[in-house]
Amino acid sequence: MADEKSVQVQQGKSPAGAERTRMRRIFAPEVDIYEKADAYILLADMPGTDEKSININLENNILTIMGSMDVKRPEGYELSYAEFGVGDYERSFTITEAIDRNKIDAAVKDGVLRLTLPKGEAAKPKKIKVKPM
Amino acid sequence: MLWPELSSFLRWDPWREMRRSMLLGRAVPFAEDFPPLNLWSSENDVLITAEMPGIDADKIDISVMNDHVTVSGSRQEEQLGEGEAYHRQERSHGRFSRSLRLPFRVDSSKVDAKYEKGILKISLPRQEQDKPRRIQIKTE
Repeated sequence: MADEKSVQVQQGKSPAGAERTRMRRIFAPEVDIYEKADAYILLADMPGTDEKSININLENNILTIMGSMDVKRPEGYELSYAEFGVGDYERSFTITEAIDRNKIDAAVKDGVLRLTLPKGEAAKPKKIKVKPM
Repeated sequence: MLWPELSSFLRWDPWREMRRSMLLGRAVPFAEDFPPLNLWSSENDVLITAEMPGIDADKIDISVMNDHVTVSGSRQEEQLGEGEAYHRQERSHGRFSRSLRLPFRVDSSKVDAKYEKGILKISLPRQEQDKPRRIQIKTE
């Protein structure tokens, strides 16, 4: 079984909105997002990708996940029935100001991308003690 | 890249397309169309590829009987701690099972399966006695 591999998160340059030169189908990966006390966790199903073929970009408050399936066509075979196609993955999310941008962590395992978006100090829950008067 | 012959053989299911491209939420406890399969064939064997990300390889069960192949298993949901909550949940989880009938009997001792980057690849060789035989035509 594959180990979790980390993925670099880039800040700044974003190709969002621009059209691609390569003609490939683009799929929106299915995503789960949940909130923990100190971070948001994003899980995205991107079968056929690994740490080399996934790009994560953060510009202002738009987080873009991109990946390209590098699946080889089996040689000597003919495709006789198909339910899934091969292409690229792309999806963007607006993230809140409360996320600590420099500490975003990304890892991929078995075709699932896991992004950890830690909350900044200001956004972490604080317990307020009630004093007796 | 869309493989050229893919479009002609694709069983077009508009609902699947919609789910994939528009991400309508789906909450099926037992997914009937999971995992999506592609079937590749050559003269002596068939290759099945299945998109099934995030599954432990030892939790995938493949069984072969004569000309039937079944792929089953389960996909675990993330265990959330106390006070943690989903904002969005689109990925399916739970048990799944899919069966296929091939046009020949499989030599079950030679079946080979590999799970890589969330894609399962099963190679199913044809039984020796089921292989096509060339018939010589004699001339007198």
